[in-house]
Amino acid sequence: MSRLASGGRIDRTRPIQFSFNGTPYRGYEGDNLASALLANDVRVVANSVTYGRPRGVFSAGVEEPNALVQVGNDTMLRATQVGLVDGLEAIGLNGRGRLSLEPDGHRYDKVYAHCEVLVIGGGRAGITAALEAGQTGDRVILVDEQAEFGGRLLGAGWNDWLETSLGALRSPPDVRLLTRATAFGHYDQNLVLIAQRLPNGGRLWQARAKRVVLATGAHERPLIFANNDRPGIMLAGAARAYVNRYGVAPGKRAVIFTNNDSTDALAGDLKRAGISVEAIVDVRAGEAVLDTFPSPAGGGGQGGGLGGVTIAPLTGGGSRREVECDLLCVSGGFNPTLHLFSQAQGRLRYDQALACFVPDAAPPNVEVVGAAAGDLGGRGQGTIMPYWVVPSDGQDWSTHFVDLERDVTVADVRRALSTGMRSVEHVKRFTTIGTGSDQGKTAGINETAIIATQLGQPVGAVGVTTFRPPYVPVSFGLMAGRNRGDLFEPIRLTAMHPWHVAHGAVFENVGQWKRPWYFPRHDEDIETAVLRECRAAREGVAVMDASTLGKIDIQGPDAVEFLNRMYTNAFDTLKIGSCRYGLMCKVDGMVFDDGVVMHLGPDHWLATTTTGGAAAVLEWMEEWLQTEWTDLRVRLTSVTDHWADVAVVGPRSRDVVRGLFPKLPLDPESFPFMAIRESETAGIPVRLHRITFSGELAYELWTQSWYGLALWEAVMAAGEPFAITPYGTEAMHVLRAEKGYIICGQETDGTVTPQDLGMSWILSKKKAFIGRRSHRRRDTARPDRKQLVGLLPVERDQLLPEGAQLVVEPDGTIPTKMIGHVTSSYRSATLDRTFALAMLQSGRERLGAMVYAPLNGHVVSATVTEPIFYDKENVRRDS
Amino acid sequence: MAEPHPHPDHLWRNPEPRRSYEVVIVGAGGHGLATAYYLAKNHGITDVAVLERGWLAGGNMARNTTVIRSNYLWDESAAIYEHSLKLWEHLAEELEYDILFSQRGVLSLVHSQGDRREGMRRVNANRLSGIDAEWLTPAEVKAFCPIVNISPDVRYPVIGGTLQRRGGIAKHDYVAWAFARKADEMGVDLIQNCEVSGFDLDGGRVRGVHTNRGLIAANKVALCAAGHSTVLADMVGLDLPIQSHPLQALVSELLEPVLNCVVMSNAVHVYVSQAHKGELVMGAGMDPYNSYAQRGSPHVIEDQLAAACELFPIFSRAHVLRTWAGIVDVAPDASPILGLTPIENLFINCGWGTGGFKATPGAGWVYAHTIAHGEPHPLSEPYALERFTTGALIDEHGAAGVTH
Amino acid sequence: MLIPCPWCGDREDIEFKYGGSADVAYPRDADAVDDATWARFVFFRPNPKGQMTERWVHTAGCRRWFTLVRDTVTHQITTA
Repeated sequence: MSRLASGGRIDRTRPIQFSFNGTPYRGYEGDNLASALLANDVRVVANSVTYGRPRGVFSAGVEEPNALVQVGNDTMLRATQVGLVDGLEAIGLNGRGRLSLEPDGHRYDKVYAHCEVLVIGGGRAGITAALEAGQTGDRVILVDEQAEFGGRLLGAGWNDWLETSLGALRSPPDVRLLTRATAFGHYDQNLVLIAQRLPNGGRLWQARAKRVVLATGAHERPLIFANNDRPGIMLAGAARAYVNRYGVAPGKRAVIFTNNDSTDALAGDLKRAGISVEAIVDVRAGEAVLDTFPSPAGGGGQGGGLGGVTIAPLTGGGSRREVECDLLCVSGGFNPTLHLFSQAQGRLRYDQALACFVPDAAPPNVEVVGAAAGDLGGRGQGTIMPYWVVPSDGQDWSTHFVDLERDVTVADVRRALSTGMRSVEHVKRFTTIGTGSDQGKTAGINETAIIATQLGQPVGAVGVTTFRPPYVPVSFGLMAGRNRGDLFEPIRLTAMHPWHVAHGAVFENVGQWKRPWYFPRHDEDIETAVLRECRAAREGVAVMDASTLGKIDIQGPDAVEFLNRMYTNAFDTLKIGSCRYGLMCKVDGMVFDDGVVMHLGPDHWLATTTTGGAAAVLEWMEEWLQTEWTDLRVRLTSVTDHWADVAVVGPRSRDVVRGLFPKLPLDPESFPFMAIRESETAGIPVRLHRITFSGELAYELWTQSWYGLALWEAVMAAGEPFAITPYGTEAMHVLRAEKGYIICGQETDGTVTPQDLGMSWILSKKKAFIGRRSHRRRDTARPDRKQLVGLLPVERDQLLPEGAQLVVEPDGTIPTKMIGHVTSSYRSATLDRTFALAMLQSGRERLGAMVYAPLNGHVVSATVTEPIFYDKENVRRDS
Repeated sequence: MAEPHPHPDHLWRNPEPRRSYEVVIVGAGGHGLATAYYLAKNHGITDVAVLERGWLAGGNMARNTTVIRSNYLWDESAAIYEHSLKLWEHLAEELEYDILFSQRGVLSLVHSQGDRREGMRRVNANRLSGIDAEWLTPAEVKAFCPIVNISPDVRYPVIGGTLQRRGGIAKHDYVAWAFARKADEMGVDLIQNCEVSGFDLDGGRVRGVHTNRGLIAANKVALCAAGHSTVLADMVGLDLPIQSHPLQALVSELLEPVLNCVVMSNAVHVYVSQAHKGELVMGAGMDPYNSYAQRGSPHVIEDQLAAACELFPIFSRAHVLRTWAGIVDVAPDASPILGLTPIENLFINCGWGTGGFKATPGAGWVYAHTIAHGEPHPLSEPYALERFTTGALIDEHGAAGVTH
Repeated sequence: MLIPCPWCGDREDIEFKYGGSADVAYPRDADAVDDATWARFVFFRPNPKGQMTERWVHTAGCRRWFTLVRDTVTHQITTA
């Protein structure tokens, strides 16, 4: 055991049992996994990713490149960041994570916070800044990535100051303190994302701050020399933290290797902890650690640890000495932690005297304080002699590790440069420096310095690679939060949904809506059920929930003019109490959406849209109204969810409706096709429309949504004597296709004009409408465009798959010329055969001709027909 | 999976720009480098400079998610991407560089009846074009990619999939370096840190470019700077129907192998693969606003990862290591613009949106032809600027859902 | 980004839809222009690197369209 008898912030009265690589160990409350492993003399935590070299704990924080562990099913965690809890089971990872098939049981939440001042980093500078901001009564949030505030002070004997300051911070009402909370992303206008670690999951904070104070401190960087990766070699500041904060002796015999003053206090701390300091090697004194050698295998059961160092004069000549040690504390200076600063578009400059990159121009409302701002006094850097790599004999650079996590050496950097690469970005990509899960926190500036040295350029000119979010790895699960399973996307349900569920509907996702796809009886398959549902609509009466149709309420004195411009057809003559089918194009002349436009009253209209197009159509209309046609006095409101819509369809539909509205005249003269009537049944106010999407006599009964279920049930009751049959979207599709009605988004795909659909009749010649000008363009006016046709497979039973491509020759070689594709295809109860709709090149010239659909292994032949298969004369519709 | 990749000893010279060239290519991204290579190799034109304002292949080439496939909907698109895929299949040998091209299959998941129709339409079209395409049932999806969640109880269940087995991934940087090396070897000057600031025009004809390293004369100038197409075009008064948007992507830590293919889902907005070393590489949706900032909004990443966890519950414990954005230039029909311009001797290649990487060799091939002959290659003829006037767009937006 | 809606104040960009350049005028008489001019209206938009005058609509709020000036490099916004 290397646990010190006293000292540190751990609680020796609260032992914690844990295991590592299957061996049980004991730590204490206040330990993290790294300190507990060191306390138990576990020097080798993992082997390196490429070369399999043994590696130990290197740092005491987020920058750890070596001690990667799996804890339970959680992978690629840093031992330095894992709080010790009872029963924790960890294993070392060789640089690569393992995803478990066990479901992630963690709970992840998101919190959206707003504040005047967000202080990131709870060390001395951050606490001071938060105290100051808290005085003003502003809303302040102070976050720190560690389990407790204090930063480096926790290992430097500032406990009294900390206690007083944190006490003071707890008194203002609007200061929020978050620990184990790492700010990892700094986005536009000071949106900061913060990952907070909680016992069984995490919380993603999204804080929008008027001002951000970055008190993010500095990361110590190592010096580079041969075999600088052995377990026992660690950052000097980390060694100090383990001794002072965790009461652990990370070794028995230490050597200190430095180029700055920060290690001055370390020697004393080590000695007080009973660790002998065998040598202090200071490049400023002309000496360097040239190489290291391993400890003899067997000692403590783990070979490969540090056994000692070779020390040589910087000049290369002179005498060398070997010093045995099991701990080498290295400091090459400090890099201000400017990841967030850079993400927020702050600019950096290289400071020659400090030998590091410091903030230059700060973005608006961002302030950097403390070590992050280049004030390295607190870290005790003092005088520094910039120094990076100790050359070894014979120009062998293959064990001078620059990036420990990715196993990249100085040799790799030199090789990259020798290929002709000059940019630090190229070297990064060639060598993979900085691409590990530590994102090169201890490697990046050293890489830059090596390149600069090699190319004979100033360090500042070489620059650093771009810092990108996240500052620390963040789990997918945390980012996803609760947006999973049923909450992945909103589910929209109609008022009648409970009835559909109770009656066994199979549902289809249509955008966010759940729509009944079909209503199987007993063990019917979809085909049988749909044939039955269609037969009911054609021969008796059937009913469908059409509530998902988009609905836009349109009011204002210029509503007619607005509709005339929006739709291809005109609405001037449409009387109050009537409806008309309308078609819309985009500016490029392509069909956009369709629906029924209803004239409800003076200056009052309502337009329906496709289910999927509702939001887009409203946005489209608003865009024109608000940005182009600002003179039109029209107001739009989405009323999609306000109305429930029950479509009663079939030759017996009038009987059902009569049962519900006995006093309403329903004969074709009193209530003709495309008319609207208001009435009520059983106290339910209903607006009736004679609209059809099946070609049958049909009524759409609208009521306000909260009556929807009641109306539906009333319809079912009134229809019972007529064996009323509920049907779903699939039967709806079949019925409309038999009648040749298109579905926007199925027959059309953004490349189809109304003319292509054979709908020139709906293009008004008397007025301008959106898209009209585009129809004259050369390609759009081509006579041989793809046009809507019907197809009848030669074999009456053979179903053309939707999406089948059509060719002229049944046995053409591949690649072959395609002339169209099947957009809709069904079995028809009415026709007692299969049929399809297709978009076909020069389709209208091919009526009666044969086309072929080569499928995987066979060919379906079909005759081209008009795209209407049922009641061409509209006798049934108008009956 | 673990060995560092062997690279050639020499990749490129770093020459000073000469005062004039036969062809100056503006932009040393994947397309620019491939164009230079094919100019030299296919057309014997080696008096070529490729000018790069930053570091070679540091734009979208360095930022894409490396998906390669050719299963586009329209004949014109399928033809040029298939030409590209055929080149990919022999590129490593030809360039003598292991670009880690891996034909592990690209699986597109289908979640709705609308998706199904469009998927079938594309599969059938691809087959008749001679492009491999398969339709998979949910069980076949699961068999091909075992970690996909095909449970019917999720918000958008997988109801099928389309598969192009010849699709896959390659290592983007190596591809760029491979083209660069060969172009350099044949005498092409690759000039980095050389930013074009204007064009030297003589009436309606271009004669060279002004740069931060002086005037460089050229008989032909070829623009090839995805992310900055309109910035350059504006300098020379050429109007392009292009908008620039951030497209974000992200990468996880190294993981033991879990994902054996590329998976895309348009409905649930994911495309993901696992790179050779083991990191998950994932693309997010495009941010809607115009931007040159190479960064996007974090909610795009949140949506992306929610979708990833929905389709691949196993990913929940993976970590995002790094996010970034490229700037994609998008044309109104989501298809590229490649060909001549109204300015004599000035050529344009832009608007590849999210499809640029997979087109790298194919686009370089046809662009080199177009530049060399002063007229479009047959494969690029449909991609002329003219189409926005005639209306003959190649709309790869919605129908096939092939935004990636 | 934080978008200043003139009606609702500063709101997160997820509440908005982007409307692109505000600098495209609909031809006064669409029928009178030739195909090339028409194409410019339909398909061509400014795409500046720097200050861009653009439209947004507060879809998840007041549904109001408005114009602002945003820098496409820094994403800093000045209301127009």
